[in-house]
Amino acid sequence: MSIAILLAYLIASILFVLGIKMMNKTKSARQGNRLSALGMLIAIVATLLQIEVISLVEIFGCIVLGSAIGLYYANKVEMTKMPEMVALFNGFGGLASFAVALSDFFLRTEVNMESIELVTVISIIVSVFIGGVTFTGSIVAFLKLNGNISGSPITFKGQHPLNLILFISFLAAATFTVIDQSDPILIIALIVISLILGILTVIPIGGADMPVVISLLNSYSGMAACATGFILNNNVLIVAGSLVGASGIILTQIMCKAMNRSLINVLLGGFGQSVSAAAADGPSITVKEIGVEETAMLFDSVSSVIVVPGYGMAVAQAQHVIRELMEQCEKRNIDFKFAIHPVAGRMPGHMNVLLAEANISYDKLIEMESINDDFQNTDLVLIVGANDVVNPAARNNPQSPIYGMPILNADKARTVIVSKRSMGKGYAGVENELFGYPNCLMLFGDAKQTITKVVSEMKEM
Amino acid sequence: MSSEALIILIYILVLASFLGFELIAKVPPTLHTPLMSGSNAISGITIVGALLACNEMGYSTLSKWLGMIALVLATINVVGGYTVTDRMLKMFKKK
Repeated sequence: MSIAILLAYLIASILFVLGIKMMNKTKSARQGNRLSALGMLIAIVATLLQIEVISLVEIFGCIVLGSAIGLYYANKVEMTKMPEMVALFNGFGGLASFAVALSDFFLRTEVNMESIELVTVISIIVSVFIGGVTFTGSIVAFLKLNGNISGSPITFKGQHPLNLILFISFLAAATFTVIDQSDPILIIALIVISLILGILTVIPIGGADMPVVISLLNSYSGMAACATGFILNNNVLIVAGSLVGASGIILTQIMCKAMNRSLINVLLGGFGQSVSAAAADGPSITVKEIGVEETAMLFDSVSSVIVVPGYGMAVAQAQHVIRELMEQCEKRNIDFKFAIHPVAGRMPGHMNVLLAEANISYDKLIEMESINDDFQNTDLVLIVGANDVVNPAARNNPQSPIYGMPILNADKARTVIVSKRSMGKGYAGVENELFGYPNCLMLFGDAKQTITKVVSEMKEM
Repeated sequence: MSSEALIILIYILVLASFLGFELIAKVPPTLHTPLMSGSNAISGITIVGALLACNEMGYSTLSKWLGMIALVLATINVVGGYTVTDRMLKMFKKK
């Protein structure tokens, strides 16, 4: 490689680092993303300079096809569907690294008939493993989020021993591949096992644990790129791959901490199933209902409001009508804020994007730690499609499966209104004792429809 | 690959990971979704590997086809990832 190309890769790496650094402020984030894209362009152009002219036609074709699909999807996707898109793209990244690793393996063994040195073989095996697991795991995550397969945990007897056996078989096949590279059966075994393991590791994980899974798969897609860097002896792949790997790991940690669960506990899956039977025996809760007109009058009479959004808001697409509610309140000089729990939604930061899309200023979106002391001085809290993240049992009931999870202190407000479709349980399968509290009122019905009615009532006042 | 070359690659891996941890810990939770889609686009750096894998004569070999599949997927990742991240970040406004 010429020194110019190596320098171009160095510049690309610097731009990736600067791009991520500029993500630390909302103001500079967009510029940062563009710098990062510029880095990618430089890396691509530098690579194209090494390509034989004769291959350029098909390369151009592949790039046009990929760009068209990418642009179409990125412009069309709804913001509520971001978790699905990120899951799918993680899978593409994993599969791309997987394919590059295999391509390199077959080029060396079948075309060039050479024997591959140890470090490279190991890198190929690692890349196939991480890439394969990322690919099928992400596809399962995508199908769960998209509702094609059940979002509830899928478990069966002997699941964990089976995973262990498959992993040990993978290690055995990997060892033989290092010794004898010419046998195609071994590499096929590695491919098949890694693809199956990706499916098996994600199916036992339930819908509300998806923030953890997506973050982890994001990290894997980076690690797969990193392993590919070791195969090709290419620094820019290693730098970019480790940045993404680190990013995914940090987000995974934040998500686990916000649910008070260990990563192992999330990955073993099946959360909420064993406890639901026990929880059903508990005393049933009597709730008080509130109608649309009373809700509107209540909003009219208060001086401070905090909204707690959850995944249900995304499902009902209620973010735009909540902005209208905010406008009505601000007309009346009511202090209006949003409290965002780290695991609200199906991916880290999901609620923030939805509310930003609804044209709500980002300084109104307050993190849990900063807003939790404000609830006791707040007149009215409106909970839209959130459940476990406001369940006081996490604070007071050591028997509860969510005990110890940090929650939003919504129950401390003077009045709490819960907008909810029906009396269903949260993801953890536990009753929410908040709903039975004397200061809690239930506003039943589709969040978008009921809040629209509240807003039109308020407009007439 | 000589062991010296390998050690240098490991140096890069370790230091870049530490740098990544430091930088990403400072990203505010509000931006976590764009951070994920943006880092998703960065993991499309495999496109470099895919381009090199396509750099081979003729269509007869499996490795060429794998390279082309990887190229299409990595391009979707890069183009789609940066575009959707830009689309999201454009929406974050302060009034």
